[in-house]
Amino acid sequence: MSLITTLARLEAVDTGRAQPLATVRHRHLTDRPLVLVPLTTAGEAGAPLGALVGTDREAPRLLAVAQPRDRDLRFAFLAELAEAVLPHIEAYADVVEPAERNETDPATGKKTKVEVELCTDAGQLIVPSRAGVEFVRLLGRSMRFRRTAEDDPDTPYPAPARVPLLGRWLTHYGERARVPGSSLLLAATDLLNRHWATGQSSLEDQHLGALLSWIDPPAGSSGAEAALRAELARDSEGQLLCPPAGPATDPDFDNRLLAPAIERYDRARTALASAEDGLAADARLGELSGAEREIRSLLARVMLPTWDAVWRGLDLLRELPEGSRAEDRWTRDRWSFTAHRDRVRSGEPPQPRRDDAVTAAQKLASRETAQAQLEAQEALDDPLVLAGRRLAGEAFLATVTDVEMTYTESKRPSPRPLVTVRTDERPHLGERTKVYRSLEGKPQTAEFVRAEDEPDQDGDVLLVLRILDRMGRGKEPAPGSVPEPGDRIAWTLFEHDQRGGPKLPDPEETPWTHGGPPGADAATRAEQPDPVTPEDLL
Amino acid sequence: MSTVFDPGAAAARATGAILDDTLRGSSRGVVVDSPPGAGKSTLVVRAALELAAAGHPLMVIAQTNAQVDDLVVRLAEKDPELPVGRLHSSDSDPYDKVLDGLANVTKSAKAADLAGLDVVISTAAKWAHVKNVEPWGHAIVDEAYQMRSDALLAVAGLFERALFVGDPGQLDPFSIVGADQWAGLSYDPSASAVSTLLAHNPELPQHRLPVSWRLPASAAPLVSDAFYPYTPFRSGTGHRDRKLSFGVASDGSGPDRVLDEAAESGWGLLELPARHTPRTDPEAVRAVALVVRRLLDRGGVATSERAEEPVPVTADRVAVGTAHRDQAAAVRAALAELGVTGVAVDTANRLQGREFDVTVVLHPLSGRPDATAFHLETGRLCVLASRHRHACVVVCREGVADLLDEHPSTEPVQLGVTVKFPDGWEANHAVLAHLAEHKVRWRP
Repeated sequence: MSLITTLARLEAVDTGRAQPLATVRHRHLTDRPLVLVPLTTAGEAGAPLGALVGTDREAPRLLAVAQPRDRDLRFAFLAELAEAVLPHIEAYADVVEPAERNETDPATGKKTKVEVELCTDAGQLIVPSRAGVEFVRLLGRSMRFRRTAEDDPDTPYPAPARVPLLGRWLTHYGERARVPGSSLLLAATDLLNRHWATGQSSLEDQHLGALLSWIDPPAGSSGAEAALRAELARDSEGQLLCPPAGPATDPDFDNRLLAPAIERYDRARTALASAEDGLAADARLGELSGAEREIRSLLARVMLPTWDAVWRGLDLLRELPEGSRAEDRWTRDRWSFTAHRDRVRSGEPPQPRRDDAVTAAQKLASRETAQAQLEAQEALDDPLVLAGRRLAGEAFLATVTDVEMTYTESKRPSPRPLVTVRTDERPHLGERTKVYRSLEGKPQTAEFVRAEDEPDQDGDVLLVLRILDRMGRGKEPAPGSVPEPGDRIAWTLFEHDQRGGPKLPDPEETPWTHGGPPGADAATRAEQPDPVTPEDLL
Repeated sequence: MSTVFDPGAAAARATGAILDDTLRGSSRGVVVDSPPGAGKSTLVVRAALELAAAGHPLMVIAQTNAQVDDLVVRLAEKDPELPVGRLHSSDSDPYDKVLDGLANVTKSAKAADLAGLDVVISTAAKWAHVKNVEPWGHAIVDEAYQMRSDALLAVAGLFERALFVGDPGQLDPFSIVGADQWAGLSYDPSASAVSTLLAHNPELPQHRLPVSWRLPASAAPLVSDAFYPYTPFRSGTGHRDRKLSFGVASDGSGPDRVLDEAAESGWGLLELPARHTPRTDPEAVRAVALVVRRLLDRGGVATSERAEEPVPVTADRVAVGTAHRDQAAAVRAALAELGVTGVAVDTANRLQGREFDVTVVLHPLSGRPDATAFHLETGRLCVLASRHRHACVVVCREGVADLLDEHPSTEPVQLGVTVKFPDGWEANHAVLAHLAEHKVRWRP
C-alpha cells in the first residue's frame, strides 16, 4: 500500500467516510452495461442457483434453479442465461467502423496495413464482486466444451443450442478481465476500491454492502457504523439485512430458508410423478409450481439488495468524469471484443483448456505492458494519483527558473538544452536518471544532470535537467518544445509509454527447453468435450 | 574417520566435471547450481574460453547490461586476443565505456555485424530481438535462476545446447501482474528458466559448486544451513584467514559496538526499540547511515587471503542493502547528509551477484506490522546476508521474531508447483536466532 493510500485510509477512519483516491474515473463505463448478479449452490462447485441479469435497473430478469443438482434444470438455467446475455453481446457485434491494423505478410515478412472492422462499442458486463468474476470464468469453463445435439447427435446429454457459445464469450470476458485496466468485465467492488479508500481492511472492502456504507453512509451514521450493520445486522428471522453479494450465499439463508424450500419442491415433484389420475396431477402440478415460485421469491429477496447496490455503485462512479486516457484503454477492449467475434464467426474451436507455452508467455508480456501503461496513464490523467507518485519520489512538480542552450558535440550538433527547475519535492533521482514530461500528449525525455547546492530555507532545491528529444530535426529546437522560465511542469521518473516485448516463436516452433511444439493431438483434443465420468451422473 | 576437507581440490573436481559435460557431454543442457560467491563468474569465463578454444562459436546470455559488461572485461583479462562481440541495445550509452579500451571487443547493435566472432555476449532482453540468424552451437546462460521462463522461450531458438549457471537460493524472478493461472504448468512463464528447463528435460546433468570463496568461515555455515539445507556448501577460507580491524577504538556508541561485534564474529545485529514505522523508518535509516559513517571513520582494514598486507575498507568496498527502493533512496539521502559518498546502496534485487567487504542491511521486516510474502521471500534475505567477505551488520527493530510467529506463511499450495524449502519464514527464524547472539542495543 502506498503512503498516500495509507493516509487516505487513516483519514477515512478519522472522518468516518471513505476518502477519494481519484479525481476522475479510471475505467470506462458504457451507457448500457449488463449487470449480472449470480448465485451458486453451497457445496456444489459450479452449480448455479440463480441470477439477476439485465441492463435496466428497474427490470432485472430473474433466473432460478429450483433444484440445483438437477442437470436438466441447470441446462435450462444456462439456456435462459444465454438468452439474456448473448443478445446483449451480439447487439454490439454488427455495429462496426473501418479501422487499420498492422499485419505481417507471412510470405514476404513485411508489415502491411490491412483494412479491418472494429466494433464501435462492446458489451460491458458488471458483476458485484471479484468472486463474481471468478464465477463467470467457471461458467465459461463449464459451458464452452459442451456439445449440442446439432454438434453431435449421439452426445449423451446435449446442451441447449446457445450454451457453448455463451461459454466461449464468458471465457473471453473472464480472460480479458485479467488484463490490467480492461473494462469488458468489471467487479463493482474493484471499481469502487480503485476510486475510494475506506477505513476498513482490504478484506472487508470485498463486501459490497460494507464498502458502499463507507462511501455513501446513510444520513446521521458514520461509515464504520453503517459498514458494521451491513456486515452483521439480521432481521427477526435471523436473515442478513444486506445479504452477501455472491456468488456464495449466507449459510443461515441456506439452512433456514432455502433448504426447506428445495425439500418442499422435491416432495412436490415426487408427488406429481406418482399422481394416478389427471385431476390429482393437476392439483400436484399446482403445488409444484407453488414450491418453485417460493424458491424464486426467496432468491429474488437475497439478490435484489445486491442488484441495487451494484447500480448504486455505478451511479457513484458516474459522478466522476472519465479520465481522458480511459477511452484509449476501452478501444483496446473493443479490439479484443472484435477479435473474439471474428474467431467465433470463422468457426474456430473454443479456447483450449490450458494455454500453450507461447500463448502463456504472450499473455503475461501483454499484461505486464498493460499494467505499466495503466499506472502511467492513471497518474497522467489524475492529479491525485500523480500526488501519490510524487509522495513516493517517482514524480515531481517543478518551476523552470533557467534555460541554457547547449549542443551535442557531433558534426551536426543537436540541441540539448539544460533546464534548471526549482522544487520542494524530493524525487529519487540518481545520476543520469531519465525523467519524462507530457508535451502535447507525447512524452519528452530529459535526464537528471545535477542538483545545485543545499536546500534553501523554504526547502526548495534547484535541479538541472538536460532535454534529450522531441525538439525537431534542426539545430534550433522547434518552437514550444523547450520549457521556458516560469513554466510549472510535472516530471515523472516512469515512462509514459511501454515498448512492446520481443516477438516470440510460433507455437509450432516451441523450443526444446519448453517441451517442443505442442503435440499433434493438442488441436484435436481441445475440441473434445470433457469425458463423462461416474461423478457426472446422479 | 574424516579426511581434511580441501576446498580447492573439491572445487576443481566439480569444475572439471562441469566442463567435461559441457564440452564432451551428449545432453543438450547442463545445469550448474552455485551458492553465493562460489566462483560462478570464473566458471562462466573458463567455460567460454574452453569452448572458444575448441572452435565452438558461443553465445552468452546474461540478465543485465552490468553483468554483460563485467563478463566481457573478465574474458578480455584472461585472453586479450579472443575476438568477443558485445551486442548492445540502440539506446544511448548502451554499454560501459571501459569496453571502448579493449581491442578484442567488437560492439554493435546488430547481431549480423558480430557474426563469426568466437564469443558474442548480450542480455536476454536484447537476444530476444535477434531473428533470422544461424543458430549457435553453444550457449552459456548466466544467472539462469533469475531469468524468467518466458525470456528463455524467446531466446532458446538461437542455440543448439547450453550451459545454465545460477544460484537457486537468490531471488526468484517476478512479474508485476498475477500469473496464478499458469501456476503448476511446466512452462509457467513467470517461473524461473531453470524450473521450466528441468521440468521438460529432467534427464539433464546437474552440478553444484561446493565451495564459497566469498563468504567467510563465520557466514558460510549459517547461509548454507538457513538457505541451502539440502545442498550444503563450505567456505573456501578458515576462521583465521580473514580479519577485520579498526584503527580507531570504539567510542562506546551503538554503531561502534556493533561494528566491533561484527569485526569479531562476522555478524552484528543493531537492535532498535520495537515500533511500527513507515517503510522509510527515519531512525533505522539514520542508524544504518551512522554505522557506515563510523565504519569508514574508524579506518577499517581487512586482512584476507587475497593480499599480503591488510587492505583499507574504503567506501567502494561497503554496501547497504534494503528491501525497497524508497528505503534505499532514504539511506542514500541520510548518507549524503553525513557526507558519505561512494557506498553502494541498493535493493536486494540489484545487489544480486555483487560482492563487498562489509555490508550493512536494513532488515526487511524491521518495524513492519505484518509479514507479507514479499518480505518473507527466502531469496531476499539470502541475497542480503551473503554479499560480504568479512562482516555483515543488520539493523532492525526489536520484535521481528514475534512478528514472524504472528504471520506464518499462508501462501496457497498450488498443484504441480514444487514447494520451496526452506520457506522464508523458517529461513528468517534461522537467521534471527543466529543474529540474536550478536545483538547490540541501540544507544545513540
